[in-house]
Amino acid sequence: MPDNDVLTASVSELHRMLSARTISSEELVSTYLGQIEAENEALNAVITLCREQALADAREADHVLSRGEGNPLTGIPLLHKDIFCTQGVRTTCGSHMLETFEPAYDATVVAKLKAAGTVTLGKCNMDEFAMGSSNETSYFGAVKNPWDLNCVPGGSSGGSAAALAAGFAPLVTGTDTGGSIRQPASLCGITGLKPTYGRVSRLGIIAFASSLDQAGPMARSAEDCAHMLTAMSGIDAGDSTSADRAVPDFAAALNGEIEGLRIGIPREYFSEALNPEVRERIMAALSVLEKAGARLVDIDLPHTHYAIATYYVIAPAEASANLARYDGVRFGHRCDAPIDLEDLYLRSRSEGFGEEVQRRILVGTYALSSGFYDAYFNKAQQVRRIIAEDFHRAFEMVDVIAGPSAPNVAFERGAKQQDPVAMYMEDIYTLAVNLAGLPGLSTPAGLINGMPVGLQLIGKAFDETTILNTAHRLQQDTDWHTIRPNFGAFQS
Amino acid sequence: MNWEIVMGLEVHLQLATQSKIFSGSATQFGAEPNCQADPVDLGMPGMLPVLNEEAVRHAVTFGLGIGAKIGERSVFDRKNYFYPDLPKGYQVSQFFAPIVCEGVFDVAMPDGSLLPIRITRAHLEEDAGKSVHDIFPRETGIDLNRAGTPLLEIVTEPDFRTAEQAVAYLKALHSLVTYLGISDGNMAEGSMRCDINISLRERGTDALGTRTEIKNVNSFRFVERAIHVECERQADILDSGGRIIQETRLYDAEQNVTRSMRSKEVANDYRYFPEPDLLPIEIDADYIEAVRATLPELPGAKRNRFVSDYGLSEYDATLLVPNHAMASFFEAVVDHCHAAKPAANWILGDLSGALNRADIAIEHSPLSAQQLAGLISRIEDGTLSSKLAKQVFDAMWEGLGDADEIIESRGLKQVSDAGALETMVAEVIAANPDQVAQYVAADEAKRKKLSGFFVGQIMKASQGQANPQLLNQLLLEKLDAQS
Repeated sequence: MPDNDVLTASVSELHRMLSARTISSEELVSTYLGQIEAENEALNAVITLCREQALADAREADHVLSRGEGNPLTGIPLLHKDIFCTQGVRTTCGSHMLETFEPAYDATVVAKLKAAGTVTLGKCNMDEFAMGSSNETSYFGAVKNPWDLNCVPGGSSGGSAAALAAGFAPLVTGTDTGGSIRQPASLCGITGLKPTYGRVSRLGIIAFASSLDQAGPMARSAEDCAHMLTAMSGIDAGDSTSADRAVPDFAAALNGEIEGLRIGIPREYFSEALNPEVRERIMAALSVLEKAGARLVDIDLPHTHYAIATYYVIAPAEASANLARYDGVRFGHRCDAPIDLEDLYLRSRSEGFGEEVQRRILVGTYALSSGFYDAYFNKAQQVRRIIAEDFHRAFEMVDVIAGPSAPNVAFERGAKQQDPVAMYMEDIYTLAVNLAGLPGLSTPAGLINGMPVGLQLIGKAFDETTILNTAHRLQQDTDWHTIRPNFGAFQS
Repeated sequence: MNWEIVMGLEVHLQLATQSKIFSGSATQFGAEPNCQADPVDLGMPGMLPVLNEEAVRHAVTFGLGIGAKIGERSVFDRKNYFYPDLPKGYQVSQFFAPIVCEGVFDVAMPDGSLLPIRITRAHLEEDAGKSVHDIFPRETGIDLNRAGTPLLEIVTEPDFRTAEQAVAYLKALHSLVTYLGISDGNMAEGSMRCDINISLRERGTDALGTRTEIKNVNSFRFVERAIHVECERQADILDSGGRIIQETRLYDAEQNVTRSMRSKEVANDYRYFPEPDLLPIEIDADYIEAVRATLPELPGAKRNRFVSDYGLSEYDATLLVPNHAMASFFEAVVDHCHAAKPAANWILGDLSGALNRADIAIEHSPLSAQQLAGLISRIEDGTLSSKLAKQVFDAMWEGLGDADEIIESRGLKQVSDAGALETMVAEVIAANPDQVAQYVAADEAKRKKLSGFFVGQIMKASQGQANPQLLNQLLLEKLDAQS
């Protein structure tokens, strides 16, 4: 039985142990690899393991650490969502289409985290091409929630969230196009942050919807997320949409001081659609913050109810173009013995893409079609601006906006698979944040019948610090983020 | 029926940048297949475009070159269609907001008049790759070297009424873009390709007829021929009461016909939408002024200056100016010899002839402007007759040195010494009494012809160096004195 301390320790604690040489990176990495090898079969959270490379990288990190060098992440193990291109390591995006795809390059995020000294253990399962909210659309099979193996972990970064919650790694990467970090973080009881659009480079991340995609950290605490975000962020000459903004030391900025912080409570996020028990947990978490000196302010985000319709025009439209490159010509799945070009396209794509991906390509293609462009795509772009203005106005009165991360706790596998719209409703509280390009995080807010609930905190553009600090204060005053699922190494 | 042709042109101009429009790959022509294609050009998963600023500058340079309005905020769009040599399944282009907006381009016609052509727009886009059908039996090869090459698509209003106008426009455009240095204009390598939108209407009416589009014509000659055969085809259909189908056609130069492209290859619904991976191009007044400051003298202004400052004829100026290198060569020659008309004659005559025969561009001429000026100076000061000058020119072309060196080493100096010439004349007259007798007996008209014999003899004796005017004068004096 591995040392539970190592499997629950914060990045700062691990860094102290590594620096003091009370544990080596190699030992740490071995422990986590062992965890994955022992417990992953039950979860299906990890789909590629890099045992030999990870141990070699760990030994390299140990050399650095033994010279008394290194930084907060040197020698810390980590798992990547399989949407990040990793040089020489297959990158599937959860799809049959890319089942055997080995990139010749690292995503900027992968390269930056490598440069920061982290050790990549492997790649996490995900909804196919990040399209899904339950991790049931992966070609590599559904991911199970370690809190209840019959339930979904959320999606699309469900493999990442489940792996983190199960103690497979202290840090995981995710991407969030409409809630894909925050919703699974909520359902798996961890902390996950979607940064401001442009904060983190998208280069080397397999595109779903380019104007919405953003990579972010998922970890055991806001502080751990902060360490990881600092390493991931920054302008990238290879991504024209990455922002030329100074990157603060997010972890150093965490002081837990929230006296006078104005937290906006949008009426629209607490309507009848919200599970009353979730509402209760969220209000309880907010009252903790209130006691710590924050002021709760009622606000309106009047166009919230347009977010789903808007999102489900823009995201599929962009996706329909982004996924056009998977044509069986240069890489990815190619059908057997095509008889002509049309056959090559038709069968390669029909075989390579799953049902949900095909549905969204069709929706997006339709929304961009001649004669429908103005009614759908153009209109959605206009509404997107109006939704962003809602937030802009609200942030004239408040510093942070708070609400639930998801309308419910994790649901059973299969429950929403036949009803795409019910599945899309999972992201009702998160989509608007992507449409507005703002940072948002999910932090644990207790359990309902043993299943985690997440509080969502939304910040001003490029003010990740304030939401991280607010979550940090909550995590100082409560122990929700330290509750572990009754799974694997944490089994009582 | 008396039909009027109505045409608009779309030119795809390859911009002369070091690297591609959205990647760092080289753009050189003729490399091994797929050696100039990186993960961005291949449309690999996760790859993103980064705009090449040089392409933007070239586009703005073009816009200023034709006095067009520059788009303050132009936006890239995705043009979606599937084709094996289109790696991403979409082409990044500019549909809704182009970088160059409306302008007017004055085209110099061969008769010296100006034809104003309205430019609708010019936009930046990336080129596609190439499908290769003739290397692998029953398979198609894809070469992505060209994928991502920066193009400027220049679109005109339907302002052309004759093939001659269309060709004049293309030549003037070719001249302009090479002057501006934004394209090598190499048509054989596809640097300038033309789509022709063409329709007929009854002369005297205003409504436009149904048009066809002839794609990718890549030489001036083919443009002219394609227009002629397509007009004939359309006129035949209309004359026999038929209707033109709006479609894309290809010009087959071998058969000299246009053919309908298979419907599968024809554009359908491109589903344009703004490219989310690129920011809009914002161009402010400072940028425009900075580019404007780098604009060279343009062909129109240069033509006027050649006429007014050098006293050239419109005709000579019109021949010298379109080729930027030739115009520069001319000015360099005049700079050294201060004889504009002879310089124009030598460049347009012997030098162009020699260059054409050797298939050498004037910028690579083995004979420098300074050398040609040296030759012209020796003609101007009477050292060389035009006949000797041609000998010297040939020797210089062979790389045997400058004019003065060749004159010196071959002793080619013209003999203008009257005493020496008189001696030669006297010797020839003395040695040819029969011919002298014939001459004396002949009438005025015949004498002129017979005198040629003596000139030939003396030229032979003097190895061609006798000053022809002086020789003629002295010879006739002597011969006439015999009678």
